[in-house]
Amino acid sequence: MNLPEIINFVIDLLAVLLLALGIKGLSKVKSARDANRLAAFAMLLSVLGLLSYYLGTSGIAIQSWIWIIIGSIIGSCFGAILAKKVPMTAMPETVALFNGCGGMSSLLVALGVAIFPISSSLENLDFFKSLINDVSISVSIFVGAITFTGSIVAMAKLQGWLSTPGWTQSKVRHFVNIVFAVASLIAFFDLINGNTSSIWLLVIVSSLLGIGVTLPIGGADMPVVISLLNSYSGIAAAAAGFVVDSQLLIVAGAMVGAAGLILTQVMCKGMNRSLVSVLFGGSLSAQSTASSGSGEYTNITSCSVEECALTLEAANKVIIVPGYGLAVAQAQHTLREVTKKLEQNGIEVVYAIHPVAGRMPGHMNVLLAEADVPYEQLKEMDLVNPDFPATDVVLVLGANDVVNPQAKNDTSSPLYGMPVLDVQEARTVFVIKRGMSAGYSGIKNDLFDMPNTSMVFGDAKKVLNDLIGELKDLGVGEK
Amino acid sequence: MSFISLLWVLLLGSLLGLELIGKVPPTLHTPLMSGANAISGITMLAALTLIVKAGENLTLLIIGSVSLGFALFNVVGGFFVTDRMLAMFSRKPSNKK
Repeated sequence: MNLPEIINFVIDLLAVLLLALGIKGLSKVKSARDANRLAAFAMLLSVLGLLSYYLGTSGIAIQSWIWIIIGSIIGSCFGAILAKKVPMTAMPETVALFNGCGGMSSLLVALGVAIFPISSSLENLDFFKSLINDVSISVSIFVGAITFTGSIVAMAKLQGWLSTPGWTQSKVRHFVNIVFAVASLIAFFDLINGNTSSIWLLVIVSSLLGIGVTLPIGGADMPVVISLLNSYSGIAAAAAGFVVDSQLLIVAGAMVGAAGLILTQVMCKGMNRSLVSVLFGGSLSAQSTASSGSGEYTNITSCSVEECALTLEAANKVIIVPGYGLAVAQAQHTLREVTKKLEQNGIEVVYAIHPVAGRMPGHMNVLLAEADVPYEQLKEMDLVNPDFPATDVVLVLGANDVVNPQAKNDTSSPLYGMPVLDVQEARTVFVIKRGMSAGYSGIKNDLFDMPNTSMVFGDAKKVLNDLIGELKDLGVGEK
Repeated sequence: MSFISLLWVLLLGSLLGLELIGKVPPTLHTPLMSGANAISGITMLAALTLIVKAGENLTLLIIGSVSLGFALFNVVGGFFVTDRMLAMFSRKPSNKK
């Protein structure tokens, strides 16, 4: 080992340590922000380490510098601008987009090495070595392509640019995906046999496989898919590490891959879905049409904003159940104003956060934090559920499936067993909703039929604005 | 480095990843995912290696550069977005005073 190698080794070691500490810290509220910065610093360190290694050994040619600078400036600027501009409600699709680009990067590296074998890897290329080289290139391309197209599809679906085509819900899709998978296997073996041109087949078929697998998955399951794809992009990075012989890449990629898998598992648990049913089950609504789609609403009570305001004024304890509808309407700030008024009147206000409220676990916490809701008022499901019987009013804002009592009572319901908020235990429940349309799962919500439930129809933001007006008229929150 | 030792690195790295995340509060799922996602942009090192070793090969230089761009888009964007999310959590205590 000469000096540059030793320095590079020490820097890599340090970077791995910092990255591990970063991931660890990100799983605790207190340390999360510092941990994120620590990880970012570790990444910077690793780049500097690699550059100094090349400067100390082979040197870096001028044209290499030029292309390094062009690539990094363009990539960083776009990333930074998007990160600053994107609204908090669009977080899930943003993460998906970033993730897809990471996969694309691994794909391109492997593709580049495959087309033009870099000089050093050509030295003493015995059979075993070239086999490893081919396998790691194939894995990197395969996983990278799936990550890229899968993430882009996930993003498009979350943005509403893409709906779930009907045919993808039939059994045909399994056949189509199996064809893609088999074709990529063929391309893989062809590549190992020395037929370099089959690499293009591999790129195309694995891209199609990414689309084919992600397209049938319903919107409700998207967070799980994004988390899984995130894990894939780690695997792609690790495979790229084998391609270019970098231990740091392998460690970091493996770490992200494994951590992503655990996170995916945790998310699945929160939604009471198994990973297998998410990936191969199609969207929930398709399964449910047979079982519970028959239910018509029979006992809907709708009420005006005024009545709602009167009931709220008389309450002692109010629990707010925010859902994705609130986020879509960008009404979290208006909601905060309403609750401020109630608090000034001495009414106890708590926000009940279902583990998968919003579109991604933790998404709702982020949105409410943005609207300056004190952290202590956010209560997780298990903590808040015993409180409902002693609650006067529950305001359900754009949430649906997470408050469906079917999950507890109806064994035939596809939702059965999913942890839900027991809002029906409260004295009065107001559901603010645009119409009677079903939630993500497409399943009828028994809550709406209950005698203590009243529907307030309208856009969440508009209803809340009206509510502020009504509360003002009643003199709530003014001294 | 020999293939076998690289496999060891892969194995130990995976085990480390499995151990790192034990209990995560649901609040942090999105930031954690986004942060881990930024780290997966570590392939930028592979892109850098590609560019440095490309020599005079223009196609390879361009492929490497595009790859580097994609990776940095992931890394820079990912860390910024995570920081933005986490900033909202940490703002709370100071506001209460």
